[in-house]
Amino acid sequence: MSVTIYVPGDSGALSLGAQAVAEQIAKLAAQRNLAVRIVRNGSRGLYWLEPLVEVQCAAARIGYGPVAAADVAGLFDAGFLQGAAHPLCVGPVEEIPYFKQQQRLTFERVGRIDPLSLDDYRAHGGFAGLTRALSMEGAAIVKAVTDSGLRGRGGAAFPTGIKWKTVLDQTADQKYVTCNADEGDSGTFADRMLMEGDPFTLIEGMIIAGIAVGATQGFIYCRIEYPHAIKVLRAAIAACIAQGYLGASVCGSGKRFDLQLRLGAGAYICGEETSMLESLEGKRGEVRVRPPLPAIQGLFGQPTIVNNVISLASVPIILAKGADFYREFGVGRSRGTLPIQLAGNVKRGGLIELAFGTSIQELLYGYGGGSASGRPIRAVQIGGPLGAYIPASQFDTVLDYEALAGIGALLGHGGVVVFDDTVHMGKMARYALEFCAKESCGKCTPCRIGSTRGTEVMDRVLAGVEVEANLELLNDLCETMLHGSLCGLGGMTPFPVQSALKHFPEDFHHVRH
Amino acid sequence: MQPVDPQELEKVGGIVARWQNRPGPLLEVLHEVQEALGCIPADAVGPIAAGLNLSRAEVHGVVSFYHYFREHRVGRHQLEVCRAEACQSMHSQVLIDHIKKRLDVDFHATTADGAITLLPVYCLGNCACAPAVMIDGELHGRVTPQRLDELLKALS
Ligand SMILES: Cc1cc2nc3c(=O)[nH]c(=O)nc-3n(C[C@H](O)[C@H](O)[C@H](O)COP(=O)(O)O)c2cc1C
Ligand code: SF4
Ligand code: FES
Repeated sequence: MSVTIYVPGDSGALSLGAQAVAEQIAKLAAQRNLAVRIVRNGSRGLYWLEPLVEVQCAAARIGYGPVAAADVAGLFDAGFLQGAAHPLCVGPVEEIPYFKQQQRLTFERVGRIDPLSLDDYRAHGGFAGLTRALSMEGAAIVKAVTDSGLRGRGGAAFPTGIKWKTVLDQTADQKYVTCNADEGDSGTFADRMLMEGDPFTLIEGMIIAGIAVGATQGFIYCRIEYPHAIKVLRAAIAACIAQGYLGASVCGSGKRFDLQLRLGAGAYICGEETSMLESLEGKRGEVRVRPPLPAIQGLFGQPTIVNNVISLASVPIILAKGADFYREFGVGRSRGTLPIQLAGNVKRGGLIELAFGTSIQELLYGYGGGSASGRPIRAVQIGGPLGAYIPASQFDTVLDYEALAGIGALLGHGGVVVFDDTVHMGKMARYALEFCAKESCGKCTPCRIGSTRGTEVMDRVLAGVEVEANLELLNDLCETMLHGSLCGLGGMTPFPVQSALKHFPEDFHHVRH
Repeated sequence: MQPVDPQELEKVGGIVARWQNRPGPLLEVLHEVQEALGCIPADAVGPIAAGLNLSRAEVHGVVSFYHYFREHRVGRHQLEVCRAEACQSMHSQVLIDHIKKRLDVDFHATTADGAITLLPVYCLGNCACAPAVMIDGELHGRVTPQRLDELLKALS
């Protein structure tokens, strides 16, 4: 009987040598006449252990990591096919506290299954949500999503069910479901991991959305920086067409849903929903003035759902297990779970899916194990390049939308980037302005001109030139951007800048070396 | 860098024909043209515009808006280095300084032998394994200057 071995095909694992490990395992198994079946699973998100090789043993999947190709012969010698001891052995993977303490709902299957096997997907509960949805009225599906308390995971945290209801209520010949897979925020990779590790969940969520609101065409807008995810999505869509989950009659229901993958072209602003719609129409990604809302006049002027990957991928479990099951998780008005991405200068970076309400402290030290460098953690930035910098004195804040808003910060897409005490916050603030200047769509003056001016003014501050006067000027520029910008790029760039100024003033008043 | 062969331009017609009747096709067409020709040369703008019923200015406007599209061919290999925050926290600047010195190029430039073009990128989704680079579409994580030298050596 052959032994099943899992070697992640996730691009993060590949970036650390997983391909060479898989090839070496296949080669040595053949040489030694051992029957193995190698499955290229997604990543569990325990990135400090990648490449994490798992062997299916009688009781559990036993893990070894991080494995290099040069370690493989030793693993065979030690008897890893029987789950034997070895210095790299981490025991049963699902018993590792980092994993075991999580509440994996959206990421339930990621790392467990073969991402492109529909059989594996169905055997692990896949399509249970769609099956239920197909027996329901559209309005009942929308109500379930509303009742679950799900709020958009792309950043703005708008209630998903309410957005869907608006689209449902429109009368139109054509409606669309679009998935925002632009994931441009630094420190975030949940969309990528899900698309690579369990793409059928996203597709299932989109089909359910289409059936709920009467949309027959879907688009996934994926950033070009994710070539591996693009490959997986293409294969997953083809598999769903071949087995009748996509096409003229979804699962024989007589309801149509088609899905196309479209690619971005390296513009951060195209993650903003109206810019994304322009881009999907084949135009420059310039932000649209609202109203009209995309739900009323979106893609090609038709009613359109725009949702983030994680929002859509959370829908199948809500339908399968019920709205009440999902809303049991979380606190206050932040219901369900959040896939947190712990990144940067941290010992144990990775994906941590938890109910809302964990403190930053617990995340950084309980899960993360402190900084990677071993130095004190000085700051974190949460929510991507437009998110505020948070000092250690506020690490007792919990991760939910309202608590972070309460300290002038935001949760965004749930990325947490860790900095040790070597960080120069003046440089980080300057970078935020430079990034805004580079990525501005150019439609409004405060953003386009303000960010360029802001970068110049910041340069003077950091050079020690008329610091007080220039800081005042910088503050005025930030206020203008904050109040006069059409979208969040110009409107939120002041968050990292002003939070850095507020919490780390010492980094602006003399030149640190 | 090699200019685009006029014969290769003929590929553009086929790409446009395949996308002509689909909604909002311009970005997809540009992706395919760049994939086939290595860039979107000025000579391709006319046929694309004509085939999709757009003005040349519209096509040019889209090409110039997106960082990914380029009007000229680049080196045989592309080295994209992440400049975003998570990689900065793991000292990507040290790596970037090393690369620029070693290759003797700045961002957006190609080495004298035409082998490698250096490009900045803003997050590769590998932020838990920073710093990250991508070489010809392959992702690498926790890249030290030494590791980068090995990767570059493997290219030549
Ligand atoms: C500058 C900017 C960039 C954004 N980038 C993304 C992104 O990469 N992915 C995403 O899902 N949402 C992004 N958003 C949020 C979207 O505009 C929109 O709120 C979201 O896609 C809606 O989906 P959700 O309700 O499921 O979150 C961005 C917003 C702004 C202002
Ligand atoms: S704030 Fe900036 S990115 Fe947003 S619409 Fe205005 S110019 Fe464009
Ligand atoms: S910040 Fe560099 S990979 Fe995300």
